Amino acid sequence: MIDIAKLDVRFGTNHAVRGVSFRVAPGETFGLVGESGSGKSTVLRAVAGLVTEWTGRIAVDGKPLGRQRDRAFFRLVQMVFQDPYGSLHPRQTVDRILSEPLAVHGFADADARILRALEEVALPRAARFRYPHQLSGGQRQRVAIARALIADPRVLLLDEPTSALDVSVQAEVLNLLADLRAARGLTCILVSHNLAVVAHLCGRLAVMQGGRVVEELDEAALRTGRAVHPHTQDLIRLSRDLETA
Amino acid sequence: MSDRASPLADAATATAALEPIAPDAVPEAAGAPPPPQAGAASGRRAWLLTDAPASRSQAAWGRRYQAWLAFRRNPLAMAGLGVILIMLLLILLAPLLATHDPGIQELGNRLAAPSAAHWLGTDELGRDVWSRLLYGGRITLGMVVAVVLLVAPVGLLVGCVAGYAGGLWDRLLMRVTDVFLAFPRLILALAFVAAMGPGVESAVIAIALTAWPPYARLARAETLTIRRTDYVAAARMTGASPARVVLRHVLPMCLPSLVVRVTLDMSSIILTAAGLGFLGLGAQPPLPEWGTMIATARRFILEQWWVAVMPGIAIFAASLAFNLLGDGLRDVLDPKQR
Amino acid sequence: MSAPNLPGEPLVAVRNLHVDFPSATGVTQAVRGVSFAIGREKLGIVGESGSGKSVTGRALMGLLPGSATVRADVLRFGTTDILHASEREMRTLRGGRIGLILQDPKYSLNPVMTAGAQIAEALRAHSRLGRREARDAALAALEAVQIRDPRRVADAYPHELSGGMGQRVMIAMMLAPNPELLIADEPTSALDASVQAEILRLIEELVDRRGMALMLISHDLPLVSRFCDRVAVLYAGQVMEELPAADLHRATHAYTRGLLECLPSLDHKRERLATLRRDPSWLAPHA
Repeated sequence: MIDIAKLDVRFGTNHAVRGVSFRVAPGETFGLVGESGSGKSTVLRAVAGLVTEWTGRIAVDGKPLGRQRDRAFFRLVQMVFQDPYGSLHPRQTVDRILSEPLAVHGFADADARILRALEEVALPRAARFRYPHQLSGGQRQRVAIARALIADPRVLLLDEPTSALDVSVQAEVLNLLADLRAARGLTCILVSHNLAVVAHLCGRLAVMQGGRVVEELDEAALRTGRAVHPHTQDLIRLSRDLETA
Repeated sequence: MSDRASPLADAATATAALEPIAPDAVPEAAGAPPPPQAGAASGRRAWLLTDAPASRSQAAWGRRYQAWLAFRRNPLAMAGLGVILIMLLLILLAPLLATHDPGIQELGNRLAAPSAAHWLGTDELGRDVWSRLLYGGRITLGMVVAVVLLVAPVGLLVGCVAGYAGGLWDRLLMRVTDVFLAFPRLILALAFVAAMGPGVESAVIAIALTAWPPYARLARAETLTIRRTDYVAAARMTGASPARVVLRHVLPMCLPSLVVRVTLDMSSIILTAAGLGFLGLGAQPPLPEWGTMIATARRFILEQWWVAVMPGIAIFAASLAFNLLGDGLRDVLDPKQR
Repeated sequence: MSAPNLPGEPLVAVRNLHVDFPSATGVTQAVRGVSFAIGREKLGIVGESGSGKSVTGRALMGLLPGSATVRADVLRFGTTDILHASEREMRTLRGGRIGLILQDPKYSLNPVMTAGAQIAEALRAHSRLGRREARDAALAALEAVQIRDPRRVADAYPHELSGGMGQRVMIAMMLAPNPELLIADEPTSALDASVQAEILRLIEELVDRRGMALMLISHDLPLVSRFCDRVAVLYAGQVMEELPAADLHRATHAYTRGLLECLPSLDHKRERLATLRRDPSWLAPHA
């Protein structure tokens, strides 16, 4: 479904991503793990078309992509951002936020779709005409997920979707993402620094460091600590360390 | 993770239940039972303030009503609005309220002090100052509004496009802005008026030509920070065209600072108009215009002070009122302030 | 700096602390009757956003905005009654006897001053040091937080430092006047896991070596319990449970248990994460 080969991203002199390649099968959730500055979010933004300074090959659904994306691409691929406080327009109500993609793609049944989308992410109807600042963090992230899914994409890019949330809310949002993924057969890329979150949602993952993928492994290898690269081993050890308090 | 605005509410609403997060609307609506006679009014109020609007238009009207309620809570802004409304009323009713024809000269009664016949005295040609103030308001305020209507959208659009597009467009638009900024106002106005002939319209266009660059710069600066935000990235992810992103997502965020800037500029626009008038390039002599009135009266300011002071008070009151109104509007434009 | 302290009394005593913020629609109760005491030990204050944990720390430092109303039966640091202390007395506490470390050094360090100059200035605010002495003391302070090249860091501006290094500078600045209590409000949530562990270990070591008290405010329950002696769990402005950190896995309160159980785990695979059921009775005021 997603095929990335020899992806390089340079911002001026900053070589942020260096020769990253991986493939994601349809219906699979692929994790990208790394510390801040490892380039994991940049890879995601290059796939989303938000970063244009890339070279290499990005193909989604068998079609190689250029730097500028057309409207059809955004029907196919959607994204959920890290910070639900920053990714919702502060002057727009939930209704307006959810209508935007529908208006852009010319859906006729906007009203019904908005109601369905709210229901799907378990937001009450009363939330529809509120502003983001009137909602809690978890509710905002639900709105962001509803916005991403309202035009029925097949690929969902998740950029640290729960790291700005409290752990109890994180659990609810992760469960919601798992349910939606199963119901819609979504292909996902999840970027996170939290190995436990990645292990929970992803079948396979790549570990990034300094703009490179240092290791690709599956969930079982991650859980049992069968990692080869020392950086991966470090990350696993740290994660364990804090988990078994 | 810092404690945000309503800590208790936030903690209690991590599940999808919505009840504790109703920062506005509820208290008023859920207050004491409505007085018996105000049944229809309180019904409308409840409809406007409901927590769960049934339709988009109800929600929109509710938001407008809440904006009005918030605006009403700001006494200074209300005072500004009041002054502006009174001024509008006065200049609209000028033919009824004026005691004399503003153009009629009474050379035997030059520079008369305020009296029953001439409420605010007469000027150097014996014209009634009160009547000239009323009619002059039409020209002065009309010019100000015309300039703002020309300048604000142009500046906003140029700034937002330059800031959002970046690169070549940014450089091109900003250099054009700089060129206009570099022209001395009066020189440009002189050139313009020489081409178009003196008059109120030429003055408006001349002022507008020199007034828009600061707005463009302001809008560009705001846009540069806005375009990096995630909500703009999210808007791009909807597949919206750049024009749509700028017009529907970026531009509204630039409005509040622009509104403040516009209201701060009001008085300087009035004064520039006066300067042009004084040079014979703005409103032409028989026409009453506040700035020109002051300019011609400055010779008598020590002996016959009222001739200059009356239009001065009018300009001062109008500028102050616009400033107060602008401040109030900025607060209301930001839904978080409510 | 000797510590005027009541013998046999804890360093910090907080009993029945209430903090209210007026808002457009009434009063928001951020803290509703929190009590705890800190001796020469490490206390973790854990809660989700909006639980009142940061407000509690700020109340102790007298750093709340003027609109907040603070009430308490006891709010004491050493022999100072914080509720009735003058602004002058509070200034000698803040940055002198109490140090505060905030989440992001990017925002808490002055961007136009070098790290060394900031530490020196903090020192001079609380003691009569000459310029040169202050500079030497600042270098010593940077060395104490295990910065290998203190001279380079002292001459660097905050934007030239990494997140972890910035936080070290912050710690050096706060520890330079030898405070008795260190309040760390989410000191590592902006940092990577590897740096996070380093910084917390550093704080732990420094606190232990100097016999200071530590109040570690965080949303991360496992993390806090790892570095603290005792943990107080806050929910909606009240302490739900206070227990020794080592006994965390034996926590009895449903909220504490819920917080622990909803975490995804690297060790065990869970098909679905347990979600926290918020019992309305938790909101009821405690006796």
